[in-house]
Amino acid sequence: MIKRHPEPLLWMLFSAGGVMSAMFMPILLLLFGVAFPLGWLAAPSHERMLLVLGNPLVGLVLFGLCALSLFHWAHRFRHTLYDGLQIKHLNEVIAVLTYGAAIVGSVAAAYLLWQIP
Amino acid sequence: MAGSHVYTDYHPRWLRRQVSTYWWLEKRDYFAFILREATCLFVGWFVAYLLLMVKAVVGGVGSYQPFLDWSATPWVLTLNVVSFLFMIYHAITFFVAAPQAMVVHVGRRRVPGNLVLAGHYVAWAAVSVIVSWLLLGA
Repeated sequence: MIKRHPEPLLWMLFSAGGVMSAMFMPILLLLFGVAFPLGWLAAPSHERMLLVLGNPLVGLVLFGLCALSLFHWAHRFRHTLYDGLQIKHLNEVIAVLTYGAAIVGSVAAAYLLWQIP
Repeated sequence: MAGSHVYTDYHPRWLRRQVSTYWWLEKRDYFAFILREATCLFVGWFVAYLLLMVKAVVGGVGSYQPFLDWSATPWVLTLNVVSFLFMIYHAITFFVAAPQAMVVHVGRRRVPGNLVLAGHYVAWAAVSVIVSWLLLGA
């Protein structure tokens, strides 16, 4: 009998989240994290933000970005703790905490994005 | 999950080399590896930041402006500048690994790795332009 193993699925989520975060986060960080606070560019008005976020496609992409990036974080962080700090004996606790946080974060993201008028 | 990481004592203990917890400080390559792995912390932070932004926008002008002001405080600004540098490192290392993880075929021929890599960079540029246009465009 074949034993189903969650690792391939978790790796797929890690990989998809890695691509999504690599594509979207640098530009978003450059704009919201650096250019707007330093006054290089004017931040978008509240109306514009509502308009952009109110677009269903933007909402869907943003949800995908948040959820997949959280699973990317969970997987990589778990393996880093595992290899880097060699705390193998805590592996199961760490897995529950990291993937659990990713699930909770994804639900929170869905809830928040649902609130947009 | 259970049973996937069971460590047994098959090998005599005296043959195991003790690895220092700080093994990743011993070589440049090891350090680059752990730096790459650390990018995930900034991915996590930025998801939290994005969700705070969505919450601020949902809350109306009265909470959106304070969010922008908060983003300009020295701590958040510093964290975001550092995050930006880490995300560039994450993007480059992830794209460079893509041709090895992704085997693309057109018809019966395999697309060369360089093209897969170039495709990622083109997509990255396109996404950056579209996001900028959505937020700043006329």
